[in-house]
Amino acid sequence: MIAVDNLHMHFGGIRAVDGTSLNIEKGSITGLIGPNGAGKTTLFNVIAGAYKPTAGRVYLDDEDVTGLAPHELFKKGLLRTFQIAHEFSTLSVLENLMVVADNQPGERLWDAWFNNKQVQAFEDQVRVKALEVIEFLEISHLTHELAGNLSGGQKKLLELGRTMMVDAKIVFLDEVGAGVNRTLLKTIGTSILRLNEERGYTFCMIEHDMDFISRLCGPVIVMAEGKLLTQGTADEVKANEQVIEAYLGTGQKHGKNRTSS
Amino acid sequence: MDFLNAIVLFANFVIIPATAYGAQLALGALGVTLIYSILRFANFAHGELMAFGAMGTILVTWLFQSQGIGFGPLPTALLALPIGIVLTVVFALLTDMSVYRFYRRQRVDPIIMAIASVGVMFVMGGLVRFIIGPDDQNFFDGMRFLIRAGEFRNMTGLDEGLAIKLTQVITVVVALIVVVVLFWFLQTTRSGKAMRAYSDNEDLALLSGIDPDRVVMTAWVITAILATIAGVLYGLDKTFKPFIYMQLLLPVFASAIVGGIGQPVGAILGGFVVAFSEVTITYAYKKFLAYLLPQQWAPDGLVQLLSTDYKFAISFIILVLVLLIRPTGIIRGKVL
Ligand SMILES: Nc1ncnc2c1ncn2[C@@H]1O[C@H](COP(=O)(O)OP(=O)(O)OP(=O)(O)O)[C@@H](O)[C@H]1O
Ligand SMILES: [Mg+2]
Repeated sequence: MIAVDNLHMHFGGIRAVDGTSLNIEKGSITGLIGPNGAGKTTLFNVIAGAYKPTAGRVYLDDEDVTGLAPHELFKKGLLRTFQIAHEFSTLSVLENLMVVADNQPGERLWDAWFNNKQVQAFEDQVRVKALEVIEFLEISHLTHELAGNLSGGQKKLLELGRTMMVDAKIVFLDEVGAGVNRTLLKTIGTSILRLNEERGYTFCMIEHDMDFISRLCGPVIVMAEGKLLTQGTADEVKANEQVIEAYLGTGQKHGKNRTSS
Repeated sequence: MDFLNAIVLFANFVIIPATAYGAQLALGALGVTLIYSILRFANFAHGELMAFGAMGTILVTWLFQSQGIGFGPLPTALLALPIGIVLTVVFALLTDMSVYRFYRRQRVDPIIMAIASVGVMFVMGGLVRFIIGPDDQNFFDGMRFLIRAGEFRNMTGLDEGLAIKLTQVITVVVALIVVVVLFWFLQTTRSGKAMRAYSDNEDLALLSGIDPDRVVMTAWVITAILATIAGVLYGLDKTFKPFIYMQLLLPVFASAIVGGIGQPVGAILGGFVVAFSEVTITYAYKKFLAYLLPQQWAPDGLVQLLSTDYKFAISFIILVLVLLIRPTGIIRGKVL
């Protein structure tokens, strides 16, 4: 589904992603773990089109999508959420969800004026969908609240909700569970599984909570210092000595990012 | 009676002209604010875009007039306005394609866009003067007054007359319609919401599948419409002077900033704040006070705070004061 080939993303002297190659299988829920500063978010940023990579290629279903803009990737069914939740702070929760939908009437200036029936029907459809998502996330009481007023955890939910508004092929979740309470985390986990099974979403998720990873993810990829450290099932990874040293255990020497010489 | 006379006098020379002028500034400031919140730069060429819109409309008006097409008591320019708008929209889009798009692709700083717009301003200004010439142009026809000062005096028996020009009424009515439609568009339509979303958080908008090119195009279309209407209304109310629009840039920017740049409601408020300040400060209060004060207190001088020659300085003063005291403008924030 996604193939990353020898990807580099350098910021001046910092090699945030330093020659990573990996594959994400269609229909899988792939975990991505690694110490802080390992380059996980940067990898997402490059795949999702926020940055053009210094070198390397990204393929989506065998199509080279390296350097495509985020909205073009969106049209191809690639979505992502942010580690630090983004929201349209001056729009309501409902509007936040309703603006997500592509290639539809009403986006064109003239349709808003001349194609009213069709636009209205589509709007109603989107509204129903948005309300469903809101209910699913258990934030119905916030439907008309400005998104800027939500709590950090609620904004995270909204991020997830955004990916449920359209039929995505693959969704990259950046610590979607961080800052969300335990019960809700369970619900989120369940909903990820359901989206995976019922709607065929492929997921790739960054997460620091190993239990959460074990519960959801098939393959787990470990990154450290901008490179792929190892991959395997959650259990295999947990048992891997390198991983224990770099991430799970007490080993500190690989923990922080450093600059290359 | 003296009190009523004073009020009528004040209404005639301050309230009515300032309201019309405020509406013109508000429309101009809306365009500036829209470009600022979507393309994120201060568009110095906005005054000249207004000039271009007015010029386009004038040329079409002349064509209509030469063909004997009129609009009854209303100025023919209103009939020509839609065509003027179309010309200006095309022109604005061409400008974007030939200049701003390049810088957008380079993801340059807003300041570079702003400087580019200064260049665009000079080119546009030159183009306008090249086409229509540097002289004043009168294109007003139709009925001049809705209420004449003389009629008003006869009707009411007051010493002071109240004159309401048709152009002033047209200005306010058209501005009102435009503002209502604009807000309806931004609040309820899909494109409008997409614009607000884009202005709020560009990264997230892209990830939500909102096409940036389309949003930018929509912003230019709306801005060109607003600029043309503002330019034509100003030209109808006063006269069309090719150079005046460059001077108008200052009060327009002052309006946008006073109201809170990026805020449509702020742009409207700002327009009226600037217009009323300008008119009240340059108005000579001699006669007004003579009505209100006892005879022996009647002032000798003009009681004018600032000569009308300096009216553009007032925008400047307001601008500096606002930036010192409340840099965010009346309405806080920087998004649609
Ligand atoms: N835009 C940028 N400019 C400069 N350096 C950057 C930029 N983005 C990321 N980095 C650097 O790249 C390295 C990797 O950061 P990244 O955010 O990808 O880590 P991460 O694996 O997501 O960590 P965490 O688990 O803490 O979220 C860090 O050293 C960071 O400082
Ligand atoms: Mg991260």
